[in-house]
Amino acid sequence: MFELARAQLLEPSGLGQSELELAMGRLAGKGIDLGELYFQRRVREGWMLEDGSVRQGNWDVDQGVGVRAIAGTGTGFAYADSITLPALLDAADSARAITRSGHTGQVRIRQSPLARQRYGNEDPTAQGKAADRVELLRTIDAYVRSLDERVSQVSVNLSASHEAIVIAASDGVLTGDVRPLVRLDIRVLMEEGERREQGFSGGGGRFALEELMDPENWQGFANQAVSQGAINLTAEAAPAGYMTVVLGPGWPGVLLHEAIGHGLEGDFNRKGISAFSNRIGERVATEECTIVDDGTLERRRGSLNIDDEGTPAGCTTLIENGRLVGYMQDKLNARLMGVKPTGNGRRESFAHLPMPRMTNTYMLPGKHDPADIIASVDDGIYAVNFNGGQVDITSGKFVFAASEAYRIKNGKVGAAIKGATLIGNGPDVLTRVGMVGNDLKLDSGVGVCGKEGQSVPVGVGQPTLRIDGLTVGGTA
Amino acid sequence: MGQVQTSGINAIIEDPDRETELLTGIARRVLDRARQGGADQAEVSISSSLSREAGVRLGEVEVLEEARDRGVRVTVYRNQCSGSASTGDLRPDVIDECVDRALAIARHTQPDKASGLADAEWMAQEFPDLDLWHPVDLDMQDLIDRALLIEQAGRDADERIGNSEGASVSTEAGIGVHANSHGFLGASRGTRHSQSCVLIAGDDSGMQRDYDWDSARRFEALARPEETGAGAARRVLRRLGAKRVPTGPAPVLFAPEVARGLIGHLVGAVSGGNLYRRASFLLDSVGQTLLPEWASLIEQPRMPGGPASACYDGDGVATRESALVADGQLLRYVLGNYSARRLGLTTTANAGGVRNLVLTGPTRPPEQLMADMGTGLLVTEVMGQGVNLVTGDYSRGAAGFWVENGEIAWPAEEITIAGHLRDMLANLRGAGSDIDRRRSIQTGSLLVDRMVVAGMS
Repeated sequence: MFELARAQLLEPSGLGQSELELAMGRLAGKGIDLGELYFQRRVREGWMLEDGSVRQGNWDVDQGVGVRAIAGTGTGFAYADSITLPALLDAADSARAITRSGHTGQVRIRQSPLARQRYGNEDPTAQGKAADRVELLRTIDAYVRSLDERVSQVSVNLSASHEAIVIAASDGVLTGDVRPLVRLDIRVLMEEGERREQGFSGGGGRFALEELMDPENWQGFANQAVSQGAINLTAEAAPAGYMTVVLGPGWPGVLLHEAIGHGLEGDFNRKGISAFSNRIGERVATEECTIVDDGTLERRRGSLNIDDEGTPAGCTTLIENGRLVGYMQDKLNARLMGVKPTGNGRRESFAHLPMPRMTNTYMLPGKHDPADIIASVDDGIYAVNFNGGQVDITSGKFVFAASEAYRIKNGKVGAAIKGATLIGNGPDVLTRVGMVGNDLKLDSGVGVCGKEGQSVPVGVGQPTLRIDGLTVGGTA
Repeated sequence: MGQVQTSGINAIIEDPDRETELLTGIARRVLDRARQGGADQAEVSISSSLSREAGVRLGEVEVLEEARDRGVRVTVYRNQCSGSASTGDLRPDVIDECVDRALAIARHTQPDKASGLADAEWMAQEFPDLDLWHPVDLDMQDLIDRALLIEQAGRDADERIGNSEGASVSTEAGIGVHANSHGFLGASRGTRHSQSCVLIAGDDSGMQRDYDWDSARRFEALARPEETGAGAARRVLRRLGAKRVPTGPAPVLFAPEVARGLIGHLVGAVSGGNLYRRASFLLDSVGQTLLPEWASLIEQPRMPGGPASACYDGDGVATRESALVADGQLLRYVLGNYSARRLGLTTTANAGGVRNLVLTGPTRPPEQLMADMGTGLLVTEVMGQGVNLVTGDYSRGAAGFWVENGEIAWPAEEITIAGHLRDMLANLRGAGSDIDRRRSIQTGSLLVDRMVVAGMS
């Protein structure tokens, strides 16, 4: 991956080892703990079908170099939107303003050991022909419309991205990665009488576009979108109040992302502003709960070979049998907390600073049959799909909004209910997990996580979970 | 702290005319290449901005960032097929590749009768000075000093403020050029200076976080540093000891920072993109009474110094003042050229959204609104994505204060508020005089007659 990334990024600009070392030298003055150059080039392509025809297509290319210098807890940061030696040196001079020092140092960099590859190095934006993409979207449209005559609008988005990065840092790192990412989204509007409702499904990951174009893949998404829209056409008002909630497997793992994940990112804990700060070793969940953040899964949307600081991706246990055991770290926060980076240093692009971010976050399976979990509930709701969520790191309060949910009465799944927001408190929600299913599932590859204005692709997953008390924001 | 090197990066504020000329040259090159490549029509928008930001935390510098962002986006039309491409890399060969890519895409997309430029006669012809350009040449040390003052004022306010996420001060200057094959060429420039402070307070009940901020076109118009620090302190302290409230129906008073969102949902539901996709609960709603009769919404896109002011919209169409809602009645939709054509209507110069939409009508001081509410919920924060514009169903997480007999009784959190947007908007019982003029949608507090609040069982 490194050689490929270097060939794409540095060679066209004539940047070799000695030029990188020259720039790094300016970031190696007295008092600077880490100097880093992050080169990136990303090409993105997207096609959109609406009203039966492919009306829009877009192509985007961005490249540049982000330069940072860390001194203590402070960071100097600058970037250039072209990869040339003068631009690089200018950015380095801006970034080093974080220290008073006028000194420059000497830095020797050499290639880091190769990280294990979790995905191929194919460029999905260069694969296949545009005409085939257009044809695929039209085929999907026709298929979706054939499923249910109540479908009145279909929109389909197909996107592909290819990214090459090279990282050189004063701690000796010289490495790179090439990352493919593809995604398909299907959205339907269904109408019956006066009622109109939406359904959505989609998926993707770090693999070839061809794979996504395989009917076996996209027909599942299409079926799911239409089924969700049809269910919502019959949905009744959701109840309001504090009640038992059963969460389905897969994407409802967004609960873990919001309630637990963000609160266990190293920056918030180093600063002591997370509801989970200083709680390592404490019980924050029932014994059945073990949660990991795993960037090493093959070809997943949230997976990485190396993170955006060059640290090999890892699998970090966050909660083990109910006890809080670890945080997710980047280099800055790991150093300040006296621990090792965990491969969670991520950034949206060269124009953004890295920080601790999740990769694929999920709960390991428990022992219960999901049918037994439903049967155990007298009165509650069963939520199987969500729109996404949000968390207040400091108070621990988190929300996530159901997009497909049902009433449970006397152990049986009953009527569909309208989407409702669920709200809870991160540090104690998992202490009310009554049962964990044996049906771990990961999401289909649509997650986008936002933090401090930066978006990165992520994954989530979980088995069926019963939570004995969450506030449900309905109207009934 | 040494001086920051700023070689070349200050060009935007030192010589904005030259930067505009540079972008104009690129725009011409793009349009020429598109025409030579066979486009019937083409449009291009180019932006260039410089920003400098200093962040401090617990009295120490945390981040110094100097950013120069540039971008070009081109759309070409050929036989009613369109293609777009964009890049942040303004070197000529990359821009040429962009144009070629857009042309290649237009060979594969399907004909769309609604595609193409807005009619030439609608393009902005005159470009009055909207008082948006007030650059200041501040170096990093100036920004750091101000941020330190802000944070210190906040931390000194009360001993329960034991931690901080810091304060930051930033200054940004941006230049934009929009051109199309009608011969339209518009140029704009604007500055924005901002400051913010995020504080953490704690007591036996736990930790809370809140913030204050300000933003202005003129640096001198920013709140004093001490005000922003003290504002953040006041906001975070009042949240300590928050708890849930009983489940049931209640009136809800939206503070200005969240009332803006309610108006935003109305705008979203009457926006062209959602209407032609039938993804709105307000289809065919022009002429309907959506707000109480005392309320109007006036769009003032050329408001001098306004947060979203512009002479032309994202299609190059001239903006003008116009009512969206008058005496409660919806007078028009929010349309750009494309969505207007999809609906068989005419653009309202809203490509890119509404610009300075002001709620007008009788207002009351927020304390009076609270007294009029009697017992209910004052909401200062909403969380999550639980707004469904297709159905109008609204269900979101919230935090704020439980109010009894017109007085704040206790801070509230971990609750939800739910209702239907049509009812919420139609049954507004009053608007506050505490109008927030820092954002494009400008409203004071809004009192909603009835929602379902969920907290304890």
